[in-house]
Amino acid sequence: MTSLRKLLGKTLLATACLGTAMSAAADVLSDIKARDEIRIAVPQDFPPFGSVGTDLKPQGIDVDMANYIAEQLDVELTIVPVTSANRIPYLQTHKVDLVISSLGKNPEREKAIDFSTPYAPFFLGVFGEKSVAVGALQDLSGKTVGVTRGSVEDLELEKNAPSDVTVQRFEDNNTTLTAYLSGQVNLIATGNLVATEIAKRKPARAPEAKFMLKDSPCYIGMAKGETALQTEVNNIIAKALAEGKLNDISMKWLKAPLPKGFGA
Amino acid sequence: MLNFSDLLPYTDVFFGGLMTTIELTLLTTVLGVVLGTTCAAVRQYGHPASQRAVAAYVELIRNTPFIVQLFFIFFGLPSIGLMLSPWQASVIALTINLGAYSTEIIRAGLNNIPKGQWEAAKVLGMDFRQTLTRVVFTPAFEKIYPALTSQCIIVMLGSAVLSQISVQDLTYAANLVQSRNFRAFESYVVTALMYLGLAMLMRYVFAMIGKRVFAFREAQ
Repeated sequence: MTSLRKLLGKTLLATACLGTAMSAAADVLSDIKARDEIRIAVPQDFPPFGSVGTDLKPQGIDVDMANYIAEQLDVELTIVPVTSANRIPYLQTHKVDLVISSLGKNPEREKAIDFSTPYAPFFLGVFGEKSVAVGALQDLSGKTVGVTRGSVEDLELEKNAPSDVTVQRFEDNNTTLTAYLSGQVNLIATGNLVATEIAKRKPARAPEAKFMLKDSPCYIGMAKGETALQTEVNNIIAKALAEGKLNDISMKWLKAPLPKGFGA
Repeated sequence: MLNFSDLLPYTDVFFGGLMTTIELTLLTTVLGVVLGTTCAAVRQYGHPASQRAVAAYVELIRNTPFIVQLFFIFFGLPSIGLMLSPWQASVIALTINLGAYSTEIIRAGLNNIPKGQWEAAKVLGMDFRQTLTRVVFTPAFEKIYPALTSQCIIVMLGSAVLSQISVQDLTYAANLVQSRNFRAFESYVVTALMYLGLAMLMRYVFAMIGKRVFAFREAQ
């Protein structure tokens, strides 16, 4: 039994070494240029980041971002549809060069892959009518906030909000959204995608982001140790931010400008 | 494993929810029965036009789900400029609901009064109002009292739905606690027992009131 385990261990080690050796030998950025093609993984089941449009073509923030990067690198773009479960394995097995798939950063993922700078906002926050002057948690004092019961934003509010805030808890995101749309509450704590949904349903009552409760923006993922590629991608994102491209994408798909200080 | 001690930190939440449910039930039982009594009298003896209006109200409420009525009042009315707090919307929804059901129950009681009673009152020189309040209502209520009691309890149990519009009633408390400590079984067992106790208490209180109001029977 022990010898079998040892053998297995050795095999794994050898395979790992082989993998490292192979990826170290080739620089992904040079490969992309040489191939004149970049393969980018995008979601196909997560609007507004990536979904299939009525013309059966992929569309969304991540698709626009992929197009922009290919354009900037001046190479052909090959879109690879992935799911949230297999997007990192695709990268680790070098089936794609980049993953633009509403990818959030966490310590476990940082061990497996490298990240660019953020390219799209994804956060929980307090949203509300333009007329309500609220800029931080303390400003909620004495006000009423709608929230979906048991959600992360509900727990965040309970933990951090002043004690004299009236928290109206609703059953699900749709009821919270209806409460805001009907004017029953003029502040809600929710995710920016829900706020986008409200803006789509009733542009006149499009909620304004007041402040963040939890920020978890989206990053572009790439194989570990590809410094040249990482620098290049970061430069492209910085350019997109500077020339307003990121804001345009946000306005187009999220119906809201980038939050203040995004990418800073 | 079951662990009821996880509920202890939430005693206040449960107690608050219980008190809200009791307050709402007390208020809407009184308002609802008053509304039902009025509507029953109008439907039975009123002007033909008002009879039809009451009939329409009763049918509308009895043939639509309570949660739809509640959502219409809370989420729908603001579009025509009528903004109600969760509490106000709840009181109104429960009252009109109990009002409609109790109209039909009380009307059955009024139907049950023999014509002879009316004639006897007339012979004694009572006018319509006196006959209704002094001769007809008490025996009519006595006949339908058990049905009315059950209806009020049904409305109390139905108030669980109010948690959907963020009223912090007993069910809201159970949902909230369950979403915080994930003790679904324990939270809902405790809540179910509280509703059971509340229903039994209501039956007892109704029986006590009945004993006093309908004391004339015992004198016979």
